Amino acid sequence: MILDSKIPAGPLAEKWTNYKASQKLVNPANKRKLDIIVVGTGLAGASAAASLGALGFNVDIFCIQDSPRRAHSIAAQGGINAAKNYQNDGDSVERLFRDTIKGGDYRAREANVYRLAEVSNAIIDQCVAQGVPFARDYGGLLDNRSFGGAQVSRTFYAKGQTGQQLLLGAYGALSREIARGTVKLHTRCEMMDLVVVDGRARGIITRDLVTGRLQRHAAHAVVLATGGYGNIYYLSTNAMNSNGSAAWVCHRKGAAFANPCYVQIHPTCIPVHGDYQSKLTLMSESLRNDGRIWVPKKKEDAEAIRAGKLKPTAIAEEDRDYYLERRYPAFGNLVPRDVASRAAKERCDAGYGVGTGYAVYLDFADAIKRLGKDAVEQKYGNLFQMYQKITDENPYETPMMIYPAIHYTMGGLWVDYELQTTIPGLFATGEANFSDHGANRLGASALMQGLADGYFVLPYTLQNYLADQIKVGKISTETKEFDEAENNVKQRLERLFNNSKLSTLNSKLKTVDYFHKKLGKIMWEYCGMARNTESLTKAKQLVAELEDEFWKEVNVPGGMEMNPELEKAYRLEDYFELAQLIIDDAMHREESCGGHFRTEHQTEDGETLRDDENFMYVAAWDYQGHGKPETMEKEPLNYEFIQIAKRNYK
Amino acid sequence: MRFILHIWRQENAHVKGHFETYPIDNISPDCSFLEMLDILNESLINDRIAHPVCFDNDCREGICGMCGLYINGRPHGNDDGITTCQLHMRKFKDGDEIWIEPWRAKAFPVIRDLVVDRSAFDKIIQAGGYISTTTGGVPDANAIPVNKHKADMAMDAAACIGCGACVAACKNASAMLFVGAKVSHLALLPQGKVEAMDRVRSMVAKMDELGFGNCTNTYACEAECPKLIKRQNISRLNRQWIGSLFGRDKK
Repeated sequence: MILDSKIPAGPLAEKWTNYKASQKLVNPANKRKLDIIVVGTGLAGASAAASLGALGFNVDIFCIQDSPRRAHSIAAQGGINAAKNYQNDGDSVERLFRDTIKGGDYRAREANVYRLAEVSNAIIDQCVAQGVPFARDYGGLLDNRSFGGAQVSRTFYAKGQTGQQLLLGAYGALSREIARGTVKLHTRCEMMDLVVVDGRARGIITRDLVTGRLQRHAAHAVVLATGGYGNIYYLSTNAMNSNGSAAWVCHRKGAAFANPCYVQIHPTCIPVHGDYQSKLTLMSESLRNDGRIWVPKKKEDAEAIRAGKLKPTAIAEEDRDYYLERRYPAFGNLVPRDVASRAAKERCDAGYGVGTGYAVYLDFADAIKRLGKDAVEQKYGNLFQMYQKITDENPYETPMMIYPAIHYTMGGLWVDYELQTTIPGLFATGEANFSDHGANRLGASALMQGLADGYFVLPYTLQNYLADQIKVGKISTETKEFDEAENNVKQRLERLFNNSKLSTLNSKLKTVDYFHKKLGKIMWEYCGMARNTESLTKAKQLVAELEDEFWKEVNVPGGMEMNPELEKAYRLEDYFELAQLIIDDAMHREESCGGHFRTEHQTEDGETLRDDENFMYVAAWDYQGHGKPETMEKEPLNYEFIQIAKRNYK
Repeated sequence: MRFILHIWRQENAHVKGHFETYPIDNISPDCSFLEMLDILNESLINDRIAHPVCFDNDCREGICGMCGLYINGRPHGNDDGITTCQLHMRKFKDGDEIWIEPWRAKAFPVIRDLVVDRSAFDKIIQAGGYISTTTGGVPDANAIPVNKHKADMAMDAAACIGCGACVAACKNASAMLFVGAKVSHLALLPQGKVEAMDRVRSMVAKMDELGFGNCTNTYACEAECPKLIKRQNISRLNRQWIGSLFGRDKK
């Protein structure tokens, strides 16, 4: 495996311009002859398909839900960053670039991040032209708010539903292309395998989730925009159907997987409350603009609160520990997510947690006093309502309780500057790739990256690849590679029914969820917010044991026709392998950076301790077969333009 | 808590469906409605009583619009401004009988059990529920000032999640609130005015073609909308549509 990041030469600010000026293009008449498959209809997938369709390519787009508008980008709440500097507060492309690199703890690729910052402004223009109803001030111009890891207000938002509005914008653009016939939509259709012919990605095998039928689709290039793998932890802020399988089957076919251990844990989620729980709900980071995070200063107060003998509102101001403001006076409650999450865990582990012991307060009393209840409601009303519906508590009167939860995965398929994976013709965009966020993603940057990739990067870089493909002609699905891939999928699916077919009523079988919950607990406990050699060794063994148990005892009822249990089962099967890789990656990275916190590597005051000398690289893993350790290639990170510093938010 | 569940079971679109009754026990009041169904399915699988009940769901935080059950005669159940996934069992009384059905509308055929086909909504949007822009070549975002009041109204209309509760609630299975919300969102913004007349005409024509019924102003849609989309959007739709009949940019 050779890792060539293909970063264009020249000064940072000119790289993308130079690339676009010298890349190959496809003429309009030839575009019609080229087929592209896009998997996933979130921000990255919908924006890519809409843009490519508008250019004149033949696009097929796939999603597992009943409509492209359901993709989990829809749930992003807070906002989208851009370097517009509309607030005149000192923002610039350069500053957004620097904040993102620093936020990622100096583990992201400079050239990609600069390009991201560079195209950020065009995204906002595009979205406004599409009719995205961003928040505005009374003069009719766009409003901004602040997010973690930044000292400027550069986040554009549409109430607490920014992801929804951006996705509906992209969905509108996609719908237009569907109506024009340039894009063909396939709903309730899941990618099961990638087809590689002569070393190039040439198509996919899909499963119709209603009829269960397997289908072959051929194309000159495949774009994977299938999101992250956070659901491996079972409890996460991801949607129930979000999964890592499409990316993982590509990995099995030879696409390198980069930095799998970089997982983001979001500090402000509604805490876990029961074993039956299926997901954790995020409370937007934007709440930290006005909410103050605290726990009781005295342990006895925390104990009394946990026992239900004391109300948080009864704790005097001087008995509250606003630990983020205390530890990080410069950024206060707006420190990046990894920092805020660890600080919450530290307080709870020390015995100061509230609720079940694993929760801290997010308090709006000051904001309500300062701005009035109406202003707070105007800003965060839908979030407060959501909180109240779930917890049955009124956050206007009593502080919210929050705790960190798995939210986003910075790791993903390795891609070069052109967003191409190590398999020629296979591209990965959005959360599915690894490229822009380093070891920690800043708030409001996921939407930015998904749309940057889809609207403004891929339409260029994909053409550079496709320019060579004009002579290839239509790709046939009647080849041995397609036969083989389809047969493999068939066998995989049939194997999952083995236990339920052979069992008698007495045999002890368990549901897929039983195993998924167990896997999630292992990963959270031993490979979650804090990791060390001991916990990772244990996790590795437990995951292997659980996988054995899964094959012996899993009960997948029903047949091939619409069967959510079957879907869950094959996704979980992939998670067992991915879990091993996450653990191996976490084990090998003997340093702490961003979301990856090794307890062996921390400063005296509990901050992450990087080892730039030995670990300033991207770890790209190469699949070697089931149960075999993967091999790793390093892509060194050469910071030419940025001064490496200790990441300090104090 | 314990409940008696009556659930609509239907193997596929081609066979007749019927209600099955399942008692369920030991449910925490903090459990969400869909988590309660997870628990039921777990026991149906473990005790090998029946194929687990199929129901659409995804984000489980009220925004994706995937879930939608007709619970005791109300879309998304007995609470206001929420989706089925945000309904909690504390809203029921211990021992309640709960009737669970799929959306019922000609334009939303049943696929299996509680899962229906809502692709008709996508087709309505494809008929014109967007502003025709291609990527790139657009003006600076602040070059188009928008009156804050109008922008807020557009946002409120755009909050629609496309779940279909409005259609399910309507005795005529009308999609007027859904279409009205999209038409309003775009017509309220200067960017959307350019195509407003064509848009409303083609979306309404598509809506009629797909078998949605007419609006007879009972506003059950507004009462059941999980995002509290207002019926004024239907009035605006009607005004826009009538205006478009006399409009100059008529095809």
